[in-house]
Amino acid sequence: MSQPPPFTLHVSEDTESDNQELSPDNEGALHTSFRQLIQEQSSLAEAGTELELQERGRGHPAHLAPPDASASAWLEPGQGEQHPGDSTTLRILASMPSRTIGRSRGAIISQYYNRTARLRRRSSRPSLQQLSRAARPSLRQYDLETDPARATLEDKRSLLAKELLSLSPSQRSHMLLSVPLSLAEKRALRRELNEQRSPLGLRAHHAAAPSPCGWSKDYVALGCRHLWYRLLALLPAAQPWHYALKQIGGRFGSSVLSYFLFLKTLLMFNVFSFLILLVFVVALQAAYPPAKANQQSFTGFELLTGAGYFTHSLLYYGYYGNITLNDPSASSLSGSVAAPAAPPLPYNMPLAYLFTVGVSFFATCILLVYSMYHSFGESYRVGSSAGDLAIKVFCAWDFKVIQRRSVKLQCENICTQLKELLAERRSRSCPLSLCQRLGRVAVLLLAWVLSLSTVLGCVVAVHYFSEHMHAVQQEHRALAGSSWQREGILLVLPLTVSLLNTLMPHLYNLLATWERQDSPEVEVYVAICRNLLLKMVVLGLLCYQWLSRRVVCSYEECWETCVGQDLYRFMVMDFVFTLLDTIFGELVWRLISEKRLKSKQRPEFDIARNVLELIYGQTLTWLGVLFAPLLSAVQVLKLLLLFYIKKTSLMQNCQAPSKPWQASRMRTVFITLLCFPSFLGTAVFISYTIWSVKPSETCGPFQGLETIYKSVNVWAKLLEKSSPNITWLTWLHQYLVENTFFLFFLSGVLLAVTYFNIQVVRGQQRIICLLKEQIANEGEDKIFLIHKLHSICKQKERCA
Amino acid sequence: MGNKQTIFTPEQLDAYQVQNKLNGLFYRYRDLAPQLVPLDYTDKPDVTLPYELIGSMPELKDNPFRQRIAEVFSEDGDGNMTLDDFLDMFSVLSEMAPRDLKAYYAFKIYDFNNDDYICKSDLEKTVNKLTRNELTPEEVRLVCEKVIYEADLDNDGKLSLEDFQHMIIRAPDFLSTFHIRI
Repeated sequence: MSQPPPFTLHVSEDTESDNQELSPDNEGALHTSFRQLIQEQSSLAEAGTELELQERGRGHPAHLAPPDASASAWLEPGQGEQHPGDSTTLRILASMPSRTIGRSRGAIISQYYNRTARLRRRSSRPSLQQLSRAARPSLRQYDLETDPARATLEDKRSLLAKELLSLSPSQRSHMLLSVPLSLAEKRALRRELNEQRSPLGLRAHHAAAPSPCGWSKDYVALGCRHLWYRLLALLPAAQPWHYALKQIGGRFGSSVLSYFLFLKTLLMFNVFSFLILLVFVVALQAAYPPAKANQQSFTGFELLTGAGYFTHSLLYYGYYGNITLNDPSASSLSGSVAAPAAPPLPYNMPLAYLFTVGVSFFATCILLVYSMYHSFGESYRVGSSAGDLAIKVFCAWDFKVIQRRSVKLQCENICTQLKELLAERRSRSCPLSLCQRLGRVAVLLLAWVLSLSTVLGCVVAVHYFSEHMHAVQQEHRALAGSSWQREGILLVLPLTVSLLNTLMPHLYNLLATWERQDSPEVEVYVAICRNLLLKMVVLGLLCYQWLSRRVVCSYEECWETCVGQDLYRFMVMDFVFTLLDTIFGELVWRLISEKRLKSKQRPEFDIARNVLELIYGQTLTWLGVLFAPLLSAVQVLKLLLLFYIKKTSLMQNCQAPSKPWQASRMRTVFITLLCFPSFLGTAVFISYTIWSVKPSETCGPFQGLETIYKSVNVWAKLLEKSSPNITWLTWLHQYLVENTFFLFFLSGVLLAVTYFNIQVVRGQQRIICLLKEQIANEGEDKIFLIHKLHSICKQKERCA
Repeated sequence: MGNKQTIFTPEQLDAYQVQNKLNGLFYRYRDLAPQLVPLDYTDKPDVTLPYELIGSMPELKDNPFRQRIAEVFSEDGDGNMTLDDFLDMFSVLSEMAPRDLKAYYAFKIYDFNNDDYICKSDLEKTVNKLTRNELTPEEVRLVCEKVIYEADLDNDGKLSLEDFQHMIIRAPDFLSTFHIRI
């Protein structure tokens, strides 16, 4: 096929200039030249010596380095010395298909051609008889008639373009995005695609359209994406805080950045929920204010207590009426002579209130579950957890970090982590004695008993304190003290709870340093667990007190407004204490350590604690949305302020965390914590309030009803009476919503789906094990063949 | 605004993953050497910026792997980049690039001797660059041995692209760390 002299020239070009891209003609020659190469080399011993000197200069250290324990199997004892057979083997190894995959454009295109062909075959399910039975199962996949390895670059490109056209547009664009070619090559490929598409398009038009819906859906998706990119380019405001986030990531890395990204996510949730409530409930009630005017004047203290002027305002439940706004029958009753300018649109306020709150919760639930699914999919991996060291070496370097000092810090961190991992491996090989293990278990048990007892202690303290404050409040009410004092007393309980929430985490940190867990990750998880337990149990107690109204809001007529005010106070106090914690925990500590202790050690940004504070604040907002519709707006303001305060404090006072943080896994943990204890608990609380608690008689959109949910029953009966044809609605209502059987059925389905997914994952793990064994076997095959090649070459040398 | 429209043809715009940042990136490229880079790219001028200018960008100047990054993405393999190479680089290092693409280029970056395998010497150089030569040679050797033991699937003593990709699949952090914000 090829003459000896030009063939040799091609080979020497290959080994001299590894970096230059080969033309596909050379490639084809290399692949098929096994036998010829061996024959040629036996007559070209001098050329072989020259080349092997060059190769030694270039350094293929894999072959020349002292053999590893695992690689020694295939290197002969005398491999260190150079002889012509070695260069032959090196040249053959240089031409193996797996070696050329990453090297030249042609090889990449053929590889992707094969991949695309496999995709097409998988979707069209070829019959088994068509596949040729070869000894190597992997060869069955290759289309041996149109083997692209022998084609020229242009032919390969057109082959790949033809295969790509058979895919759906989204698959095609995904394949094009992931091909590791330079942009110039991709442009040539797209040009090829466009050229091929026009003649083919007419043909496809005549043939039966396979699935018009599927293809148009893809085009719509692609079109939307293009539009979104154009929009992003035009509006820098569509990506808020871009520069600030870049600054933070550049100095502190991905882990601290994950806190700020989580804050941004929460902000989006709140803005979304606020907009829904604004449009459907708040704006309309604001347009039709109730007859009773607000008697109290505005003093600044309302911002802190939420009472006073704010009590009879849009902020709380009590302001919203239970009437149908803009009712035409009502206006005709009032006897207005002039005809209304616009057609009257009646708006049923109670239903709107209930449904808007329900819809915003439902939408938040869907968004949460979707983002949890998304981040879980990215961070959870089927397979073993071994391979930490390799992952640390290759994935630990955060390319986002660009400041010199932070880069230095990152190097130190990675160094420390590698040393820790090595120490861990060493200690794993020598396990602890029985005594030491018992000691460790005892210490762990004691630490957990301590933390659980502190939680219990806090809960009991809050319970008795709230009863005490209730008694004090009654006294002041009886004494008719000043309004300032009365409202100041209302602030004491939130203050206490926030104080506990701020101080206890520091106590748990001390406990953790005494405990000394083995791995820093477990330490972080344990700290999160303890803090979360404390916060959720205290919130649970408060919820019970609000709903039972034995202690809090027991003498209020409009108890929903009272509960809303209490939640507002909790939120404001939480914000105030976060501010104080930032000032004292970060600013003051830095000043002290710089001025007094004269050390360069700055406080670290405690990510877990800050994220838990965010989750706690969000839980308060969700709890309060039913009782104070504008609470989302308050939370939006709070988050905006928090972003800037935390960022400023971070930049001025903190240093990057020294503990290793897997940012993506942490993101999954944060979203899961937001979903499960926080959102689920809130949903249970709100559902219980809507279904079983009697609303107050004198205020709010549900006054006079048995429960809030009865308004829907009333409406359903009204609908039934007005048009008897909609019996299906009442049927739906009766059998799906009221009946608990449907809920059990849904949970059963969910359990079945979960079980199915677990089994799928188990099957995948087993397949991974089998594939690993297969790869190891292939590797051994390769080594065996190389060994045989060696011996053949040596025999030829000896004979020649 | 009128000027911006004439920098690239629509065909050129289509090929990039960082479509929304395209103009920003072009102006960053031009800022490195305003006298060399013309404003109008529709006739595809042949302009290459030397490695020293690329390596002086704030996003890269303290990165220990900046030379390898520039070498991998440049056409001539020496770090001198055309606009296409520059856009390619930031496109792959953006948050939208797929994992396999990033893994492919990360493999090339860590392959110091360009032999399509990450062998022990490549690993040693990587570890030394990561830790600024603060580990003892014994520790470096241990680390490299363990890495090869963990990641090498076909037992040939070095990591091929497939081994590397298999390991990257098990590291969900990779997508967020192999990312430069611009």
